[in-house]
Amino acid sequence: MIKNAPVLIIVVPLLASLINIILGLRWRALSFPLMLAALSVSAASSFIALNTVIDSGTIHYRLGGWAPPWGIEYVIDHLSGFVAVIVSFVSLVIAVYTRKSIEREFPGKTVYFHSIFLLLVTGLLGIVVTGDIFNIYVFLEITSLASYALVAIGPDKRAPLAAFNYVIMGTIGACFYLLGVGYLYIMTGTLNIADLSRLLPGLYHSPVIQVAFAFFMVGIALKIALFPLHRWLPDAYTLAPSAVSALVASTMTKVGAYLMIRIIFTVFQPFFSIEVLPVMNLVGWVAAAAVIFGSGYAIAQTELKRMLAYILIAEVGYIVLGVSFANRTGLTGSILHILNDSFMMACLFLAVGAIAYKTKNTNIASLSHIHKTMPITMAAFVVGGISVVGIPPTAGFFSKWYLVLGAIEAGKWVFAAVLLISSLMTAIVFFRIIERVYFTAADPGHGKSARAVMDEAPLGMLVPVLVMAVGVLILGLFSGRIITTVIQFAVPSVF
Amino acid sequence: MEFVIGKYNYWFYIFLMMIGLYAMIAKKNLIKKLVGMNIFQTAIILFFVSMGSKKGATIPIIQAGQAVDAAHYMNPLPHVLMLTAIVVMVSTFGVALALAILIYKRFKTLEEDEMQ
Amino acid sequence: MIKQCDNVIVQSVSRFLTPFILLFALYVIAHGHYSPGGGFQGGCILGASFILSMIAYDIAEVKRRMTEKMNTVLTGVGVLIYAGIGFICLLLGANYLDYGVLAEILPVGTAKARALGTFGIEIGVGITVMAVMVSIFLNLASGGEHEEGSVE
Repeated sequence: MIKNAPVLIIVVPLLASLINIILGLRWRALSFPLMLAALSVSAASSFIALNTVIDSGTIHYRLGGWAPPWGIEYVIDHLSGFVAVIVSFVSLVIAVYTRKSIEREFPGKTVYFHSIFLLLVTGLLGIVVTGDIFNIYVFLEITSLASYALVAIGPDKRAPLAAFNYVIMGTIGACFYLLGVGYLYIMTGTLNIADLSRLLPGLYHSPVIQVAFAFFMVGIALKIALFPLHRWLPDAYTLAPSAVSALVASTMTKVGAYLMIRIIFTVFQPFFSIEVLPVMNLVGWVAAAAVIFGSGYAIAQTELKRMLAYILIAEVGYIVLGVSFANRTGLTGSILHILNDSFMMACLFLAVGAIAYKTKNTNIASLSHIHKTMPITMAAFVVGGISVVGIPPTAGFFSKWYLVLGAIEAGKWVFAAVLLISSLMTAIVFFRIIERVYFTAADPGHGKSARAVMDEAPLGMLVPVLVMAVGVLILGLFSGRIITTVIQFAVPSVF
Repeated sequence: MEFVIGKYNYWFYIFLMMIGLYAMIAKKNLIKKLVGMNIFQTAIILFFVSMGSKKGATIPIIQAGQAVDAAHYMNPLPHVLMLTAIVVMVSTFGVALALAILIYKRFKTLEEDEMQ
Repeated sequence: MIKQCDNVIVQSVSRFLTPFILLFALYVIAHGHYSPGGGFQGGCILGASFILSMIAYDIAEVKRRMTEKMNTVLTGVGVLIYAGIGFICLLLGANYLDYGVLAEILPVGTAKARALGTFGIEIGVGITVMAVMVSIFLNLASGGEHEEGSVE
């Protein structure tokens, strides 16, 4: 079975999702344990795969036994193994969280929710593991369709409208990606990533390949909500159920960023985007605008989830900014930020979800008593917040450090300044919340001011929040080790 | 002239794609946006299928005992890829229509202007 | 949202045509590997036969023959056939979806085992696509009401 680990990562959640539909008609109580079991097997397989990659190099797994380029193959190298482990672990933790929160929001339909959840995770893991660009399109659409459905079932009245806008924009993005695949196919005749990276350098001067690159970039930018194509994200992620917001915020955008790194640095060699079609500068300016815009708008929000959605736009900007520097330090910072941001966003969204579960109100203005009634949740939120700002020893500091170093090394002082300014802006955002929660005196007409009883979220929701918060701290302390074992080899060897 | 007439399939697909994109972005009615999305995706399918066609080619199935000459057969791979794309198109359309029904039940209208 | 069509001609013709549509759909699924056709196309035609009956007759009439529970189960069964065949190949020792090893349990040669494996997954795809088409039509035609509180 260890030999088949790459395929088990995807097949087990897929099978579990469908078995869940059939079994759930009769035995509804089985659906949650089945989901947890499937995600655990998937997480274990991705750990095994990453270990094998660290020990003995890239894994190539041929589907159906056909040799590439005639068959589809699954390729796990350092970067894919790394992202697969992140996605499967974070989904497992969020799956534990969904039990309580979904039981309250959709009392009779938990079976279908778990099935769509598993399909979403299948799609995400499929994008990461596969080595064939059309297969990436198929899994991308599986992911998107599952997330359209999950976003639409939010408790607010406007959730279906937000999901509808998401459908329109997401479809445009996926279709642009498909067009890019088509243009590459018409010029090279192959769909395999390794084959393309071998065949394309001879064709770089052709305008078809350059337009294909443009289509890829715009399509993926639509999917990861890179400014100025971010309009769908705040509505969709605010109005979705809290577990769903946490899952899509911490995984979908990161997998999209992984896809962008794959296209720019593996399918097209780095030489293409730096010298043949010098777009890295433009990508850098767009990402810097995303960072400033996201942080700026986050300051203006009064509702926690919407604020976090704008912070997410800024985080995506960080990752793409690191990619645009095109040097080793910048890419290290980018890939490390994929890991850190998954954990930070999951921690923050899960904490806000716990607050919403208990108090039904996520306005910042009404948070003044929370540190007495939900101290652990607020502590986790604070840890996530200072990680977003970038204060050591939390994880966010280390990835921002590498990003700033990468900016200085590439000679782009403006981007280093942008990174520091955005740290200040996110500091304003989070310290304002901390001040509101911890230091604002209770309203005089409130009654029980000093002896508020602790009324935490249920244990099934509290443990994932704590795991994520502790994870943020541990990842910060171990980031050097992570870089030397995995990320150092994940960065393309050209740099 | 050869540039326009010789590559007419690309001109068709670009024309259809732009119509679809315009409908998706500029129309205010939700169903019209969905129709635009459908036209957009169909245009991409048209592009892929036209990629695999050849003049005077036959279907890529080997009859028993015949010599195989790859130049005679048209390319089956874009057709197979587009099968998957059509499935995706139908599924997305189904999900979007279900969302439209849900929106209609909550807002009693399908025009975007009246929904704010 | 859909009212029963009271036209005698529509009802009789659709009642006459439905078995032929079903037969043609099975024909299309079975010939997928050799001529235009395949799982998705056949599945769509299968679904179309049900939808034709639903448009010509009452939806409740057809729902007595194909219940929603059966529909939901069929959605899963089809993909389980597909993934299950792949899983059997995994358990027999080869890579996923490598139908050649099916020759160990079926009394045919390797090439024929590959053909039969492909045929098996086409059947799975056809079943699922039919169930999904019927399900989409049921949900849209009834305005979303047929699901609420029924499949519990």
